[in-house]
Amino acid sequence: MLTIKNLHASVDDTPILKGIDLALEPGKVHAIMGPNGSGKSTLAGVLAGNPRYEVTDGSIEFLGHDLLDMSTEDRARAGLFLAFQYPVEIPGVNNAYLLKAALNAKRTYNGEPELDAFEFLSKIKASMKIMEMSEDFLKRDVNAGFSGGEKKRNEVLQMQMLEPKLAVLDETDSGLDIDALKVVAEGVNRLRDEERSFLVITHYQRLLDHIIPDHVHVLAGGRIVKSGTRELALELEARGYDWISSEAVAS
Amino acid sequence: MAKTQDDMQELVDRSYKHGFVTDIASETLPPGLDEDVIRTISAIKNEPEWLLEWRLKAYRRWLTMDAPDWAKLNIEPIDYQAISYYSAPKSESDKPQSLDEVDPKLLETYDKLGIPLHERARLAGVAVDAVFDSVSVATTFRGRLLDAGVIFCSFSEAVKDYPELVKKYLGTVVSRGDNYFAALNSAVFTDGSFVYIPEGVRCPMELSTYFRINAANTGQFERTLIVADKGSHVSYLEGCTAPMRDENQLHAAVVELVAMDDAQIKYSTVQNWYPGDENGVGGIYNFVTKRGDCRTQVETGSAITWKYPSCILRGDDSQGEFYSVAVTNNWQQADTGTKMIHIGKNTRSTIISKGISAGQAQNAYRGLVKIMPSASNARNYAQCDSLLLGDKCGAHTFPYIEAANPTAKIEHEATTSTIGEDQMFYCLQRGLSEEDAVSLIVNGFCKEVFKELPMEFAVEAQALLNVSLEGAVG
Repeated sequence: MLTIKNLHASVDDTPILKGIDLALEPGKVHAIMGPNGSGKSTLAGVLAGNPRYEVTDGSIEFLGHDLLDMSTEDRARAGLFLAFQYPVEIPGVNNAYLLKAALNAKRTYNGEPELDAFEFLSKIKASMKIMEMSEDFLKRDVNAGFSGGEKKRNEVLQMQMLEPKLAVLDETDSGLDIDALKVVAEGVNRLRDEERSFLVITHYQRLLDHIIPDHVHVLAGGRIVKSGTRELALELEARGYDWISSEAVAS
Repeated sequence: MAKTQDDMQELVDRSYKHGFVTDIASETLPPGLDEDVIRTISAIKNEPEWLLEWRLKAYRRWLTMDAPDWAKLNIEPIDYQAISYYSAPKSESDKPQSLDEVDPKLLETYDKLGIPLHERARLAGVAVDAVFDSVSVATTFRGRLLDAGVIFCSFSEAVKDYPELVKKYLGTVVSRGDNYFAALNSAVFTDGSFVYIPEGVRCPMELSTYFRINAANTGQFERTLIVADKGSHVSYLEGCTAPMRDENQLHAAVVELVAMDDAQIKYSTVQNWYPGDENGVGGIYNFVTKRGDCRTQVETGSAITWKYPSCILRGDDSQGEFYSVAVTNNWQQADTGTKMIHIGKNTRSTIISKGISAGQAQNAYRGLVKIMPSASNARNYAQCDSLLLGDKCGAHTFPYIEAANPTAKIEHEATTSTIGEDQMFYCLQRGLSEEDAVSLIVNGFCKEVFKELPMEFAVEAQALLNVSLEGAVG
């Protein structure tokens, strides 16, 4: 699915990622945890092709393609989805319109016929039910005036519609109350199957109570300093990040 | 991988799609302007004596005036003697009575512009008075309109067939001496559209006119007069496109909208002039004076645009609304705005202006809101938003407020934003192409204005904007 080797990346000439190695198998959920500033969001941005980040070394292979060679939009169409930590507002642009354009861009790329308005509507209504979203979301502008929770639900709604092969969730739990968190997690869990992989980036363990990960990695100082199972997340919850950082320094 | 300013510039630099020239023999006056030229124009058009006199008075007034230089534009002095003031397709001498008789090359030109006259007219129920260079060549649906008592014809025809109406209203809203370009237009205007809606009549269809500049170096001086009698209602859209030319072309139009008591005119403009190439060579000089009631305006193109439509709110409780979209690209300069003049009590006005700048273009908005002492409880709301594409263009806003009545309430809001890299990245991450993403964001930015357009026209406006986005923005 995804193989990251020796990935180095910078923002404005400041190195952030300093040699990431990570492999995701199909159907697995990997969680990336780590203190603020450890490079979690940078990793998400590099995967999605955010032009802010410059890859200085290393390679990423995605479904047999050289990911770093692909444009941002082609990565998306090939099945890489990023749920944004801060979903962007686009005033005047209808939420459903953007989603339909996105879905059909992807279908065209993959040689599938475009969905007509009726097919699209029945598909999105089903997803909105799961996400407990009212139908006026369809008419509202993309994320404009949405509450934090509404924005995150909207991200997962888009993810359900676009059915990615790899979903990267960048701190999707931030700013959510416990009820919204459950809805969002349920939306993600419904998409879990043997083919689809997830990279769940989070600062807190609580999201992983609802989205149970297969693997947990700790990112600190731009490197993965520890990998383990779900138990590792619980341990981090109990002990904080400091011990890991010092352990990493010691080793 | 990186979506940099340079990539944006590359999208912006694509060439003007509508640049082509129709090869039709034209009957064109040699360049130059004096009283004889005006007499010739008037004679070609078989005008009555009073109209020639009216033109000559305007010309003499124009000679005493100075070209305005207060707009935030960089205009080389225009040599008015280097411009030809009349050009007509030759087939004008025996006027086509129906579309079948129209020179096929003209129809081909409209086809290239995506204006399939007959189809569009029939399907959408829109009567189109198509102006090619200076002469009207096709008017459709006139019969059906006449049944309702509505007169919709070219200005020249109105002078012949309805001289008393023209004489009564010509120059009543924009006087001959109103400003430099209005005076020039009054002297040399060649054709345009005339609409009259009788008392209490609701015009049964949307009216639309297309202006097109074709012959090189020809001044285009449209004159439009719309009269809505008491309690009547009409919706009118004007659209413009122009082919590619090396020399600047001059456009100085006057639009007069006369709305009697309780009448409503919804006037919309969609303009897509040739903006000049990436070095600023070529393009249309566009100087327009419009005055009347409610209107919506979408504007793209023109090397230099100088345009100030205005609303005079004379009656008590009358309302004026102005919505506009202006797109500038390459080295285009636009200086547009509106005047809202409140005279009556409880008058209300709304101004929503959207400016989009790309390339090295400069887009200025200037709005005057004037509350006269008689206008108790007048209210105005103005909103002026600018969107910048790339880092080499500019947007400027100049609100002027003159309130002479203490009960007036005036609000002005202005914003300037760029297409954010985060918005672009968000759209691209969802799989949209760069071009679609820009188009999506820009159309979203204009939505407040587009939603004011009549349904049939909203689609046209969006199409025109997209054409100019392909060439102008991405």
